[in-house]
Amino acid sequence: MDDGEDLKKLSWKSFRGLYIIGIISILVYFWLPREGLRIYRVVFDNILFMLGIIPPVFILVGLFDVWIPREKVTRHLGDRSGLKGTGISIALGALAAGPLYAAFPIAEVMLRKGTSLRNIFIFIGAWSTMKIPMLLFEIQSLGPRFAISRYAMSFLGVFLIAFFLDKFLVDDEKKNIIEKFQ
Amino acid sequence: MDLSTVIFYVIVLSLLGISFFKDRKKTVEALLKAWKSFIVLLPPFLTIIFLLGFLVVFIPEKTIALYIGEKSGFLGFLISSIVGAITLIPGFVAFPMAKMLLENGAGIAQMAVFVSTLMMVGVVTAPLEASFFGWKATISRNLLAYFFSFVVGYVVWMMVRI
Repeated sequence: MDDGEDLKKLSWKSFRGLYIIGIISILVYFWLPREGLRIYRVVFDNILFMLGIIPPVFILVGLFDVWIPREKVTRHLGDRSGLKGTGISIALGALAAGPLYAAFPIAEVMLRKGTSLRNIFIFIGAWSTMKIPMLLFEIQSLGPRFAISRYAMSFLGVFLIAFFLDKFLVDDEKKNIIEKFQ
Repeated sequence: MDLSTVIFYVIVLSLLGISFFKDRKKTVEALLKAWKSFIVLLPPFLTIIFLLGFLVVFIPEKTIALYIGEKSGFLGFLISSIVGAITLIPGFVAFPMAKMLLENGAGIAQMAVFVSTLMMVGVVTAPLEASFFGWKATISRNLLAYFFSFVVGYVVWMMVRI
């Protein structure tokens, strides 16, 4: 995660939306005290809910980030890496942190180090839908049935999408993607 | 606090302990990263929670149910999937949001479609994705993910209903 960049962006602009909606809520409170109070009640309940479960989620994200040697393992993800390569690609995505667009530069590094395109797509898929800290958070928010069936389906989807993408792209197109980064 | 939360705390604190025992510097680094990620997420989270507060208070449950409720049918799927595909809401914000909508009339399948498209489809980030993988791969991946999300919604709905 490039936290440095993110932190720089955290100027007053990040809080602009919050200021605006905070002021509107105060106006609402004066005009319609009953509705205003209900809004604050919803906000308060959700902040409490978040504070209860979010510290361990973020600690887990930080631990993964520090302890997973991404650079070292990507070397073993080439065309002939087979099941093991697929497994590593999933693990790299699932143990990552950050939004999907943060995965693209990492995918680029992986491509440079010889990771196969199929494994790249699996990595991207796992990153977007299979992050472990997020799953734990999803279980807390939406219940185990919802979260686990959603996760299992995404697992299937990651493979299906990588498989079809691999089929859709002809060899020339694949070469173009890979050559760009060589 | 329910049992799963307690278990989760115990697991993470044990991992933190092991990490600290093995390498203090790395552990401090991990905690700093955790704190920074949290701070970055705070403003959008609070903003969306407020927006949801307005939504829940001013839009009657019946209306929410009409558009994205259990019986909203294909229209509900379409609305949830389009919102999920276009918006850039972090998961940490999206899950409590889906939870709140569920408590206020939204349907399970529709929320699963929303969560799934939110995670897998990125209309706004497509140009960035294309700069890495080219447009053909980007459009194919996003379309596949979009349609697959409907399957996810249906299966999750079935699993929760059982």
